[in-house]
Amino acid sequence: MTLERFMNEAISPWMREEGPDHDIVLSSRIRLARNFADMPFPILAEQKDLEDIRTFFKEEYEHQSFGEYTNFEFISIRDLTAIEKSVLVEKHLISPFLAKREGAAAALISENEQVSVMINEEDHIRIQVYFPGLQLTKTLNRALEFDDWIEEKVNYAFDESRGFLTSCPTNVGTGMRASVMMHLPALAMTKQINRMMPAINQLGLVVRGIYGEGSEALGNIFQISNQITLGKAEEHIIEDLESVVQQLIEHERKARTRILEQSGIELENRIFRSYGVLQYSRIIESKEAARCLSNVRLGIDLGIIKNVSRNILNELMVLTQPGFLQHYAKKTLTAKERDILRASLIRERLQIEE
Amino acid sequence: MECQECHQRPASLHYTQVINGHKTEIQICEVCAKEKGYMTYPEEGYSLHNLLTGLFNFDSNHVGSPNNPLKKEKELECTKCGLTLTQFKQIGKFGCGECYHAFSSSLNPIFRRVHSGNTEHRGKIPKRKGGSLHLKKQIATYKSQLQDLIINEEFEQAAVVRDKIKDLENKITEAGDSK
Ligand SMILES: [Zn+2]
Ligand SMILES: [Zn+2]
Repeated sequence: MTLERFMNEAISPWMREEGPDHDIVLSSRIRLARNFADMPFPILAEQKDLEDIRTFFKEEYEHQSFGEYTNFEFISIRDLTAIEKSVLVEKHLISPFLAKREGAAAALISENEQVSVMINEEDHIRIQVYFPGLQLTKTLNRALEFDDWIEEKVNYAFDESRGFLTSCPTNVGTGMRASVMMHLPALAMTKQINRMMPAINQLGLVVRGIYGEGSEALGNIFQISNQITLGKAEEHIIEDLESVVQQLIEHERKARTRILEQSGIELENRIFRSYGVLQYSRIIESKEAARCLSNVRLGIDLGIIKNVSRNILNELMVLTQPGFLQHYAKKTLTAKERDILRASLIRERLQIEE
Repeated sequence: MECQECHQRPASLHYTQVINGHKTEIQICEVCAKEKGYMTYPEEGYSLHNLLTGLFNFDSNHVGSPNNPLKKEKELECTKCGLTLTQFKQIGKFGCGECYHAFSSSLNPIFRRVHSGNTEHRGKIPKRKGGSLHLKKQIATYKSQLQDLIINEEFEQAAVVRDKIKDLENKITEAGDSK
């Protein structure tokens, strides 16, 4: 089954390349929300209309290619098991909301997993494009080109005054959500990130953790994205986002240097203890795993831990999520069983590195 | 399968709840899911629902409520998808593109609140759908370039830009004629 290729690897092929500022920025993403004109949005559409949209995408785009995004796989959500859905969500190839939808929900995913199109999510069409590191302009340009390609065959719901019409008023206009995923352990350690958040919110941007619930950010992985989609051109939205991200990078680097200078031995202790925990644990909860992975990754970035790939953070954060663990085990697991399997996978993965 | 709550719309969402070890399957439509609080949008960094309910507290309790049938007649409703303005405010989602026109008179305050004071689109215009809108936007860019060139006395360049503007204007007229 072709779905297998998305299921087997925890990190997507494009993540193996190192992008600009890769010591802090994991990835850049652009998401565009689009709808068919003359058809109710998925929230109120007849099942038949949604089925027609699904069929249209399957017939027109399955196994098609656009530039370097080749061989799009067409996946019907209703054909997936619960575990398969979780894996696609954990890899950020589909949204949790799409995974919950019954009926005509579907996704198109390029072979390199860099582009995915969600069909019949909150909007009829949601295009997602990823790039490694901080590359917002490139990501935006690719997303807009891809959008043109889809528009050749789709009559979009667009209004001269309001722009692209979306089901939720928070997306209208550009329909664009740009986001940058960042690893900010030093700003988290010194609690600086909490003080910076209100100022960032003031600029129409939002910071949140992508793993964990509420305000906690497991693995010190944060996502910064734009809130405003109306009244600003796409390029200006990403300019503003980029400048905030640049400042965060600068603060994070400064904080790392300062911690290293002021309490180098304590930091080194913390990093190596975490490394030890990951190497020797027999049972590990996801929170502890995330904390240790973040510390080890910081150790790699600072040159304290050598010969371990930076990808260990992204890869193991995904690999140790419940969906992935159960996919690996090929059965549903209790929380305890997951903690045991998580510890064993991390140990194995670290042994490969040595 | 029909929605277990309203028994009207088709159920498009499926939830599994585990309460005290008992598993319950719920088939529900999106409108009800949103109203009953099943649906959360982790994608959004803040709750639009709260924002809207906060914004409309003052009227959402009486306009169009079942025990006030007189007012219900005046309720704005989208002729295409049937969503009413009250429902829109409750669920915080539009039902179709036409809703934007149907509720137009009430939307500016909401958009201003959500998008830092903005109500008009300034971004991408779709290539095909945008039609002459694209050309008009391009003409506007050229015209401002032309101004600058004239001020800087770069007349040769200015003549080139002026020709470009003429070309585009011809294109618009041709497109208009063919319709
Ligand atoms: Zn219902
Ligand atoms: Zn409507």
